[in-house]
Amino acid sequence: MSQQYEPVIGLEVHLELHLPQKMFCSCPAEFGGEPNTQVCPVCLGLPGSLPVVNREGVLATIRAGLSLGCEIATFTKFDRKNYYYPDIPKGYQISQYDLPLCRKGSLTIDVNGKSKVVGITRVHLEEDTGKLAHVDDRNESWVDLNRAGIALVEIVTEPDMHSAEEAVAYLKELKAILSYLNISDCNMEEGSLRCEPNISVRPVGTSTLGTKTEIKNLNSFKVVLQSVQHEIHRQSAALSRGEEVAQETRLWDEAGQKTVAMRGKETAQDYRYFPEPDIPPLEISKEEIETARASLPTPPKERRKALVEKGIPDYNAEIIVRSQGYADYFEACLSTYNEPHKVSNLLIGGFLQELNQRGISEEDIPIPPEHTATYCRLSEEGGIGKAARKQVLAALFDTGKDPESLVKELGVSQVEDQDEIGKMVDQVIAENEAIASQVRGGKTSAIMALVGQTMKLSKGRANPQIVQEILKKKLEG
Amino acid sequence: MSELWKLTSGDLHERFTSGAASAVEIVESHLDRADQVEAKIDAILTLDRDHVLAQAKALDAKREKGEPLGMLAGIPIGIKDNICTEGIKTTAGSRILESFVPPYNAHVIDKILAADGIIFAKTNLDEFAMGSSCENSAFKVTKNPWDLTRVPGGSSGGSAAAVAAGIVPLALGTDTGGSIRQPASFCGLVGMKPTYGRVSRYGALAFASSLDQIGPISKDVAGSARLLSVIAGKDPNDGTSIDQEVPDYREALEEEMFGLTLGLPKEYMSDSLPSSIREAVDDVVLTLEALGTSVRAIDLPHTEYAVATYYVVANSEASSNLARYDGMHYGHRTKAPIKNLAESFSRTRSEGFGDEVKRRIMTGTHALSSGYYDAYYLKALKVRRKIREDFETAFEDVDAVIAPTSPVTAFKIGEKIDDPLSMYLTDILTVAVNLAGLPALSLPVGFSGEGLPIGLQIIGQPFEEELLLTLAQGYQVETDHHKKWPQIP
Amino acid sequence: MKREDVEHVAHLARIQLSEEELQTFGAQLESILGYMEKLGELNTDDVEPMPYAVDVKNAYRDNPDHSPLPRDAALKNAPQLDPEGKFFAVPKVIGEISPNQGKSGEAGS
Ligand SMILES: [Mg+2]
Ligand SMILES: [Zn+2]
Repeated sequence: MSQQYEPVIGLEVHLELHLPQKMFCSCPAEFGGEPNTQVCPVCLGLPGSLPVVNREGVLATIRAGLSLGCEIATFTKFDRKNYYYPDIPKGYQISQYDLPLCRKGSLTIDVNGKSKVVGITRVHLEEDTGKLAHVDDRNESWVDLNRAGIALVEIVTEPDMHSAEEAVAYLKELKAILSYLNISDCNMEEGSLRCEPNISVRPVGTSTLGTKTEIKNLNSFKVVLQSVQHEIHRQSAALSRGEEVAQETRLWDEAGQKTVAMRGKETAQDYRYFPEPDIPPLEISKEEIETARASLPTPPKERRKALVEKGIPDYNAEIIVRSQGYADYFEACLSTYNEPHKVSNLLIGGFLQELNQRGISEEDIPIPPEHTATYCRLSEEGGIGKAARKQVLAALFDTGKDPESLVKELGVSQVEDQDEIGKMVDQVIAENEAIASQVRGGKTSAIMALVGQTMKLSKGRANPQIVQEILKKKLEG
Repeated sequence: MSELWKLTSGDLHERFTSGAASAVEIVESHLDRADQVEAKIDAILTLDRDHVLAQAKALDAKREKGEPLGMLAGIPIGIKDNICTEGIKTTAGSRILESFVPPYNAHVIDKILAADGIIFAKTNLDEFAMGSSCENSAFKVTKNPWDLTRVPGGSSGGSAAAVAAGIVPLALGTDTGGSIRQPASFCGLVGMKPTYGRVSRYGALAFASSLDQIGPISKDVAGSARLLSVIAGKDPNDGTSIDQEVPDYREALEEEMFGLTLGLPKEYMSDSLPSSIREAVDDVVLTLEALGTSVRAIDLPHTEYAVATYYVVANSEASSNLARYDGMHYGHRTKAPIKNLAESFSRTRSEGFGDEVKRRIMTGTHALSSGYYDAYYLKALKVRRKIREDFETAFEDVDAVIAPTSPVTAFKIGEKIDDPLSMYLTDILTVAVNLAGLPALSLPVGFSGEGLPIGLQIIGQPFEEELLLTLAQGYQVETDHHKKWPQIP
Repeated sequence: MKREDVEHVAHLARIQLSEEELQTFGAQLESILGYMEKLGELNTDDVEPMPYAVDVKNAYRDNPDHSPLPRDAALKNAPQLDPEGKFFAVPKVIGEISPNQGKSGEAGS
């Protein structure tokens, strides 16, 4: 049979830091905003303006590096990366070249039950570019420089991954770790976390690296998975046909479900990096590093382990620890209602759905955890009729009131009273004599139809177990 | 009152604060002087009479109300046109910024305004401060007031010519490789390049970031001391500005120089130096010795590499600093039909930049480019350290270094313009100071047989501006070169 | 300096040269760069490069000193704006690759 190929994958991730200010000026670093309203002489690159380093950006990068097990440079500097593009107003990007803030880290990922270490080559600090909009019906593009100059952390791995699944597992784990640092919302869709995989393939058993391609502009885990899979397939097929892989930048074509070469070939870039003369170098003290280390949160992996030890299924735990805020929220719920498994089911189910539908971040949930816990207890212990649970949950989000009063206000408490249910059952039997006689004649499975009718009559509030018991008593004797 | 323009900045300030002259009278005298001579000198790019008079009136009102007046009150000041002035065109002498109006002030402009100085005019310069003759301006060639067929020096030639001609008593220049000192020497003035980091560069259009400094140009030593006292100091918007206390530099003028040791570098006194310059330096040495200093010969062995080092470092940084002029967000953009973005960049820049700027951008780009970085840029950074070490060694034995500012006096307009390298070589005596980050002051020390001014520079250790001022003042008190005015036909 | 080298450096610097300029600049660059090669004479094996003029370190922006400009001021010098006056308008970006962003990014969304 034909030659087998092994993919070799490395990832470059850019993380936009959401600090109060931009990296080299004091403009706000907020997402969005009216175009070109968060700009000053510095981030507009106006003649004569000069950058000055934002200490918070350096500390955030050190924390990111430490959370990935990196060594932190005690001496570091900024460099200029020179190139022309309308979204960089100075004609260069302030970045770091030969002395990045952090180097030599690693991240352990789990794929199909096996754990694997991915090497982190470097973590460095730079500035973000502006945004370009392409206007279809005009012979021009538009530039918004609000984003220009926002602190951007670049995280580069070794070419240690060998499947699209590994690449995605790395990215998910990285995102979880970074989101715990509260330095960015790590939102791929909005572009605060951007990923560029480098992919090459080589014949199995060989060790030299093949020619790699780079895929840009990927904005979800799914697209990373699909595009890397496709690219591996495309390169392997090309090699087995005896063709060569061209070193190029490619894009994911969502409609065609394939990667395509970017139009306009990149001529060999020559960025002419040199030390940024406007910014004196930085010395990072041991104390600064230790202070940053002490400020690191418990990493998601450890929290996941702790949750599983409490008896929560792996799957639930994984979703809950994806964000630090959510994991904290979960813990807070348990102090009111200490049923980890049940609360976890709620938090990965209906509750999460409400958050998503309402566009609420897992980091800032407006409902006090006591309310959520009470809601969970009432649902589990029969305080809320099953059919009304969704309604109450929605009301909880709408009003923020405590679930016990909501249940009263909405009149949706579960009916457990034997006499009240007995009356409803009588009415249903009377209205469905044909089915009732079938049950009496021994066709016990037909009883469920009557349960359903009784529930309907009670508007979902009757306790279905009691309904069934009473029906059985009345019809089966 | 008609000759107010002939007064020094100190005398003008005194007249104004004492009530002997109003600010309006002062600026009107200087405006009249500009009317008389500017057409012959071409020192100025922008002069808005209404704006000048409005500032003067506001100042008179302030004095009327008895409010405290700043150190520059009543003094009209010329600003080199590569320093940003909010609401006033700032062109850097370049087509590419022909109609650029900054929305902000340079730090030094804010300081001058806070000290009640009057922003009088924006002065001509070699485009982006690249040149030693003021012939590289896109708009006009400034003439030397001492001889209108000659250059005023550069790149701060407009500022120097304006002061020499009496249009303003004080001006700001920028000095990347001698651009304050050399025109000061060509025009018979005092010009000072402060220690790197002494004055904020925020708002000065960058040519070479690790070399640029803003500094004063004046008729007399006291004028430079006064202006430096106002503009010096740490600025949170310039990370390379240094947090060190700013003295009132005028106090240094009262200090004694007795007992100081001065070094005269052998390498700066080459055999090819014209005899007029050599003799002027000999005279200075005699005067200084008579004032109680001792002068000895010293070695600065890497001097012969200074020009090459300077042009590699300066042009490399310039190639990056001038990348922002691409016609996207401000400045000139080509109106020619273009095929793509790359062509928009390159046409815009070809139309907007003059030849000298293009040469420097291209040599700098080459020096940083893949395959050449080590041999040019990195090598130059290493030689730069050797050049600084030369000075450090010298300063173990001497308190300050003295040397001619330029190996030539003002040359003819057009004489060197077609031979860039020979123009560069005239910077031999000034560039090492910038590479080493040192302060240096040029002062008038005589005239050549042709009546052209000769300048001498005093170079000090970092942050020893006061010592330079003490020495210069001590010399100036004994001589009267600085009191002479050119006869402008 | 070889013609291709002049063309290459002019391209990197985004400066368009006419045929005549290629010749004159080529000769001038050759002489200037040739002069710079003088530095090669010196042995600098153990010398630390000196990219900064003074030995300052850790210059952090601890006193933020400027706030955003009003949009009018920010856009005032722009050669061209969009019809609503909110964006810098630039020649259409087609097939040009930004090393940082790939091809796009939604402005104004
Ligand atoms: Mg990057
Ligand atoms: Zn800004």
